[in-house]
Amino acid sequence: MATPSFAVPALAEESLPPPLQPGAMAHSKPYVANKAIQEALDYPGELVSDWHDRALTKLAEILKRNRALQVYLDACVHCGACTDKCHYFLGTGDPRNMPVARQELLRSVYRRHFTLPGKLFGSLVGAQELTKERLEEWYSYFYQCSECRRCSVFCPYGIDTAEFTMAAREVLNTVGMGQKYANEIIGKVHRIGNNLGLPGPALIDTLEGLEEDVKEETGAEVRFPIDQQGAEVLLVTPSADFFAEPHVESLIGYAKVFHAAGISWTLSSHASEAGNFGLFTGNEAQMQKISQRVREAVLELGVKRIVVGECGHAWRVAYNYWQKLIGPFDFLDPRYPVPQHICEFTHELIERQALVFDKEANDHRIITFHDSCNVARASSMGKVPGGQFELPRAIIRAVANHFHEMAPDTIREKTFCCGGGGGLLTDELLELRVKGASPRMNALKQVVDHHQVNFMATICAICKAQFSKVLPMYGFEMGMVGGVHQLVSTAIRLGRNCE
Amino acid sequence: MDLAPAILAYLVTAVLVLGLAWRIAKFMRAPVGLPIAVTPAPRTSAGVAWRLTKEVLVFASLFQSNKWTWFFGWIFHAALALVLLRHLRYFLEPVPTWVLWLQPWGRYAGFAMVFGLLGLWARRLLVARVRFISTPSDHLMLLLLGLIGFSGLMMSFVIHTDLIALKRFTLGLFTFEWSALPGGPLLVHLLAVGVLLMIVPVSKLLHVPGVFLSPSRARADTGRRPVARREGA
Ligand code: SF4
Ligand code: SF4
Ligand code: SF4
Repeated sequence: MATPSFAVPALAEESLPPPLQPGAMAHSKPYVANKAIQEALDYPGELVSDWHDRALTKLAEILKRNRALQVYLDACVHCGACTDKCHYFLGTGDPRNMPVARQELLRSVYRRHFTLPGKLFGSLVGAQELTKERLEEWYSYFYQCSECRRCSVFCPYGIDTAEFTMAAREVLNTVGMGQKYANEIIGKVHRIGNNLGLPGPALIDTLEGLEEDVKEETGAEVRFPIDQQGAEVLLVTPSADFFAEPHVESLIGYAKVFHAAGISWTLSSHASEAGNFGLFTGNEAQMQKISQRVREAVLELGVKRIVVGECGHAWRVAYNYWQKLIGPFDFLDPRYPVPQHICEFTHELIERQALVFDKEANDHRIITFHDSCNVARASSMGKVPGGQFELPRAIIRAVANHFHEMAPDTIREKTFCCGGGGGLLTDELLELRVKGASPRMNALKQVVDHHQVNFMATICAICKAQFSKVLPMYGFEMGMVGGVHQLVSTAIRLGRNCE
Repeated sequence: MDLAPAILAYLVTAVLVLGLAWRIAKFMRAPVGLPIAVTPAPRTSAGVAWRLTKEVLVFASLFQSNKWTWFFGWIFHAALALVLLRHLRYFLEPVPTWVLWLQPWGRYAGFAMVFGLLGLWARRLLVARVRFISTPSDHLMLLLLGLIGFSGLMMSFVIHTDLIALKRFTLGLFTFEWSALPGGPLLVHLLAVGVLLMIVPVSKLLHVPGVFLSPSRARADTGRRPVARREGA
């Protein structure tokens, strides 16, 4: 992409609700998936002629199997409490990006076609016919939602706009208006095993290279095993960890933890992806099919535990859905939950004092932590609710000396999305991504100014990629973002097990 | 004697009860499917009960999101609850002591209720974001509730109603001994209440059952909980 044709929002002390600018983002649309991409997922290759009826049939079907959507459509009182909670609204001022206004795109059609008042007194209750224009609007604004669920936290009924987004995308897919980015990636996982389309030999190559690098740097024989039969742990991690910066630093961190703890582990070339874009498109069958590879790898390799690497939405899927979609796992080691997050894994070792750190090695870093929304609001860790906030922070504190929180209404369950989640991490949506990142950038700016923070740790591959792209546009260093296990990697002492 | 008020009362009750039952059944028939509790969520049902109690009694989430909406909304709902409890005296004979004790509170709660409504309406009109998402039906709903509150206050404080006759009417509805309904503002009041109750099953008033059925709130975090072995797995 050339230089952006939009203005990067100015950094501010607080992310206050901007004045409304109707239509400001109406032009933002992702590329449409072509025939080959669509058909690989059993969707029509282009807009079908009977889109109207097919869309309504699909919507009726979703309503029947999804209580959440049904309740949300009927229960919203238009109180407006959610209107200023979405980072995309705060960053763009487009009122359609207010969560309830986004919902109305779907709700108005539901009213018109599925409710009595909507059929009788349409405009009185905001009912609207499903037209081609409406469909286009869906294609624009349901791809301006990262399914981050921040709005749900603030709604008196917990109405989760992400459910609307998933339903609308599913409807769009069924009439042939698919999104290129997500659908292409899903196809790649089915064919090759990971989102990046890295084949097995390339992976092995990369991992060997990493072993050499770590050896050179530390002198320790840290292994990066793949397809190792009989290993104790299968590590499933986002494929970005294999080669993208700063992701790979965390992969090195995981490997060092396994090494230092003396626990045998392996990656799998068959399940070389933790990410699951089936979540983004709201297609449970896809989500199941993608997850199934993990079960196959577990059985094939005969491991006893599953650990998941740093990835937000992947952890949402793993934590909530693996047991249900690809379980049961009653043949795995019953002493550990299935699956485990890498932070749980490392944290437990720290608690047992099985790892030793030179915290000073991180002294050049003044750290803050960005809670990734899928971890924060759609999963948990450890034994008590809220562990998803405490464990990563406990790890950071164990491996580094300087840590500062960002403002309380921008972290934990109120965290702001990085702006690139939910299947939006694609270049044609750059304007949206940059503007949507502004609430996080504002909060970051405060700790940079007041505490000289120079490192924002996070445990999500999408967050890392998104921030690497947008940080420089806001005048920050690109290298400011990195994983929690990148910090672990810097401080961990490897000596004990390789003498 | 005019039987219309009694017939209407039965009709309204039937629409409310059957309509609500139908809607709730429809909600319940749709499976929750994959768990979507918004975290941090309690992991036990007792925890969920506590979470919902806080939502219902003090509007915990709304309190976090918008102090003004919370303030007006909570005042309105709390006052409405008091007013409704006070109204039990028109349906119970003998009137329980605690209802009698509530009487003065309930009377003044009517003002708080209208105050809350006006506050919410002001937000709907004055805050651009809320105005943008408001439909005509949102305003009509406030109008209807306002009418109910205002006519009620009129009866309490200005044009008193023949309460003996009213009570004879309401109790008669239970025993099928129909009697005449006194006139005046009461008719406006009851008509508006009737309309409100009838639209419960087809309007946003469904937020009442909605609070308890919302899968993101009213469900425990069941992540990683092993499920029974599936067929053929
Ligand atoms: S889920 Fe997140 S991105 Fe979507 S509307 Fe809600 S706050 Fe905005
Ligand atoms: S906070 Fe909830 S009820 Fe209020 S407008 Fe938003 S979605 Fe609707
Ligand atoms: S990329 Fe990160 S912050 Fe953004 S939606 Fe995903 S988990 Fe949330």
